[in-house]
Amino acid sequence: MPTGANSQGSSGHAAAADPLDAVKSTQRIGVPREVFPGEKRVATVPEVVEKLIKLGFKVVIESGAGDLANFSDDVYRAAGAEVVTGAAALWSTSDIVFKVRGPTPDEVALMHEGQTLISFIWPAQNPELMQQMAAKKVTVLAIDALPRTLSRAQKMDALTSQAGVAGYRAVIEAANAFGRFFAGQITAAGKVPPAKVFIAGAGVAGLAAIGTAASLGAIVRANDTRAEVADQVVSLGGEFVKVDYVEEGSGGGGYAKVMSEGFQQAQREMYAKQAKDVDIIITTALIPGRPAPKLITAEMVQSMKPGSVIVDMAAEQGGNCELTEPGQAVVKHGVTIVGYTDLVSRLAKQSSTLYSTNLFRLTEELCKTKDGIVNVNMEDDAIRGLTVTKGGDITWPAPALKPAAAPAAAKPAAAPVAKKGKGHGEPSAPMPAGKLAMMFAGAAVLFWLIGHSAPKEFMSHFTVFVLACFVGYMVVWNVKPALHTPLMSVTNAISSIIAIGALVQISPLMDAAERPNGLITWIAAVAIGLTAINMFGGFAVTQRMLAMFRK
Amino acid sequence: MNSSLATVAYIGATILFILSLGGLSNQESSRRGNLFGMIGMTIAVLATVFGPQVNSGGYAWIVGAMLVGGSIGLYLARSVQMTQMPELVAFMHSMVGLAAVLVGFATFVDPNATKDFKDAAKTIHELEIYIGIFIGAVTLSGSVIAFGKLSGRIGGNPVLLPGRHWLNLAGLLTVIYFGGVFMGAETVQAGTMPIIIMTVIALLFGIHMVMAIGGADMPVVVSMLNSYSGWAAAATGFMLSNDLLIVVGALVGSSGAILSYIMCNAMNRSFISVIAGGFGTTSAKPTAAAGGVQPAGEVTPVTALDTAELLREAKNVIIVPGYGMAVAQAQHTVFEITKYLREKGVNVRFGIHPVAGRMPGHMNVLLAEAKVPYDIVFEMDELNDDFPSTDVTMVIGANDIVNPSAQDDPGSPIAGMPVLEVWKSKTSIVMKRSMASGYAGVDNPLFYKENNRMLFGDAKKMLDEVLTVLRA
Repeated sequence: MPTGANSQGSSGHAAAADPLDAVKSTQRIGVPREVFPGEKRVATVPEVVEKLIKLGFKVVIESGAGDLANFSDDVYRAAGAEVVTGAAALWSTSDIVFKVRGPTPDEVALMHEGQTLISFIWPAQNPELMQQMAAKKVTVLAIDALPRTLSRAQKMDALTSQAGVAGYRAVIEAANAFGRFFAGQITAAGKVPPAKVFIAGAGVAGLAAIGTAASLGAIVRANDTRAEVADQVVSLGGEFVKVDYVEEGSGGGGYAKVMSEGFQQAQREMYAKQAKDVDIIITTALIPGRPAPKLITAEMVQSMKPGSVIVDMAAEQGGNCELTEPGQAVVKHGVTIVGYTDLVSRLAKQSSTLYSTNLFRLTEELCKTKDGIVNVNMEDDAIRGLTVTKGGDITWPAPALKPAAAPAAAKPAAAPVAKKGKGHGEPSAPMPAGKLAMMFAGAAVLFWLIGHSAPKEFMSHFTVFVLACFVGYMVVWNVKPALHTPLMSVTNAISSIIAIGALVQISPLMDAAERPNGLITWIAAVAIGLTAINMFGGFAVTQRMLAMFRK
Repeated sequence: MNSSLATVAYIGATILFILSLGGLSNQESSRRGNLFGMIGMTIAVLATVFGPQVNSGGYAWIVGAMLVGGSIGLYLARSVQMTQMPELVAFMHSMVGLAAVLVGFATFVDPNATKDFKDAAKTIHELEIYIGIFIGAVTLSGSVIAFGKLSGRIGGNPVLLPGRHWLNLAGLLTVIYFGGVFMGAETVQAGTMPIIIMTVIALLFGIHMVMAIGGADMPVVVSMLNSYSGWAAAATGFMLSNDLLIVVGALVGSSGAILSYIMCNAMNRSFISVIAGGFGTTSAKPTAAAGGVQPAGEVTPVTALDTAELLREAKNVIIVPGYGMAVAQAQHTVFEITKYLREKGVNVRFGIHPVAGRMPGHMNVLLAEAKVPYDIVFEMDELNDDFPSTDVTMVIGANDIVNPSAQDDPGSPIAGMPVLEVWKSKTSIVMKRSMASGYAGVDNPLFYKENNRMLFGDAKKMLDEVLTVLRA
């Protein structure tokens, strides 16, 4: 605790423009008030201020930065932060600036060389902003550019934390606009049917919405084009609605496009069907870098029951519903369509807390020495991905991750391939040529010896024998492990073919005087009896086993 | 029926047998596969009975023997518990082995069988008899021992005689020597002595071979004996110049061998080392010599009540059944619990190790008997990556297949064997009777892990309690 509750700070400390000065002394983290209209979040909450101070930093807050998220200046002071008035004062004295929204042109003008900015930037959508910031020679870490596939990056993943908040809030907005309970009840005043909620898109926001709606007692259904999320939907208490579209196995050139059109058609039909049935639709479908797909048409809205609610979480990107008006809640055809673009801001305290924790985790990564000085290490994959401008150069987009540096991504892909090679019911890789040649040579010598000495009759038997061995090998090689037992049981039953051997011996021969007929008949009869146990028992037990294998 | 007609019938039967084995490699076609097998067998038997080699003097005998044997077989098939399948299969193998020995002896004492052969042909015929009886006898005694081990009448630990490989070699040389004597014998009487000595040695050989194999390798042994019974049939076919026997015997023999090979691969063990036996004791010695690496840590026992609580709060559950579930007949209760949890929206899946149980596919059969749908039953490879995202893993009566030392401890006897990585799940519950080690005789560090709980007691009884608590 360098400064404790006393927030003298270093008011005389000039702007850390001199790099040598920056290296020697503790760096100052500045948190300005968000200037974007309707933005209520703040980039750092008092709780996190304390943690940043423990890392060795000094924290400066612009007066009123946390007001809209219910964090007063006094609380920040109590946590050890210095509070300054006016954005200009803050920007000029901060080495590092934490923000939520990307900087406005006014804010860019306040930046100085060598400063570091951490906030949402969306570099792909804001090329001009990128140019301006590069010209200012500031280092910018865009929290939205985080390589999310890195497992250690998860703790810094602000997109996920904010989407979770938005998903929760979407359900609350829907509940607010909806005139009934979510949970079904049977009361003295009559029966209340549960609300039916349909959620389009099961990403982070969608899953949060599913969990929230389900915990309020609604019947929740969800759909996503990625079939693999079905388990996650079910695990949160939702029901996964499949698009009723069977892919046709036959196909030739140009068939992928036809299929995707067919799929979209089926998807539209499914949405139309759900629209007629459900009370609330929450859409979260986004395609990176493109306008949101129009999933809910005007006709579907018309077909909904009066009093129904649509919450369009993609409103900022144009909306998933044709009738959405971004930023507003409107009533059309008796259906309330909520197109708020500030869902996250509407839960400012929660979202600010989560966001500032993400930023704190990032700061830990930047300051591993815990001496209050950040080190933008471009060798670190996570930090390299985040850094979009540095020292006047635009460093976005970052090069693709090296495979070795991404164990989380590489492992699942590599492991199954390695395991496949074991021939466990799978065709195995071809044998090495040398080994194969040796085997062939060995077989050739063996066959030559047999061919050299054996009589003709033996050879014909030997031919069928060798061929049958190969047939057995080919037939059994691809058996499923689940069927090992029935297969063994049936081969066992088939091996009672040895009864044939006993059958041909059992008959007494009248013309062969030397033959001990009685003895042979008895032996053969016993052999037949034994094999009959095997024959009947084996087939019967296999039948019994197979009858159980039902899907 | 003339001989050509009989031959045509044999070809038909052969095709049906091939279709039968092929059909059995897939669930959808498996029942039809079994039907093909039955039809093939019926055709083969009828064609032989009405063929040229059987006359009216034999009919009564055949019908009598078939009736007696068939009814015993059907009775066994009806009454056997699904958990006893491995024993039954081993028992039936011994029937085939004994039949092969009897047919061999019958051929040997039949002067009629050899009268057409001369010189090389006669030598080969005698060699065929000799080999046929040898394989049959090994199959017979080996299967009897396997039956004893599987049904618990004989202890599961490998019995290793000093210098066992030398003993085997000496036995083999004796067999070859008496083979020479047998071939040189002019009369049946002169050949009796060597062939009986050989049979006795072959029986001892089979006993010795299976006694030396540890319990964990029993699935491979059952499959291997299956293969032997096929080779015995093929050898009998050579002996009697019967192509049907040769083809079907070779089919069974090679498919059994391949199945054993697939299973050895699944355990990451070489086929030779399984046959050579002694798994679980010889290689354990270096570990003991190095001071005996005992797993450290505390064992955390839980009650059925705690288990039910854990299950109720879980979203993802994986059940790993082992032989203990089979012994306790707990598969039906397991399914009841599964059904209950699935109705509550819990994602329950089954993880099956390729060598779980005492027979390949043993667990699948038991779960199928309990009507567990086979689309929630997964193989080890399909499930191993999912353990980190699993809340609760229930290990029911399994031990070696979930032993982390297979991966961590290069000195462990089961090092390198692929195992289900249950210790990666958030909580694992191991149901066991006691702290005794598994069939391979290896201590299991899983039990001492921090996130592991032990539920001691009979699997069926404890699971019944868990189910009662869940439903309450």
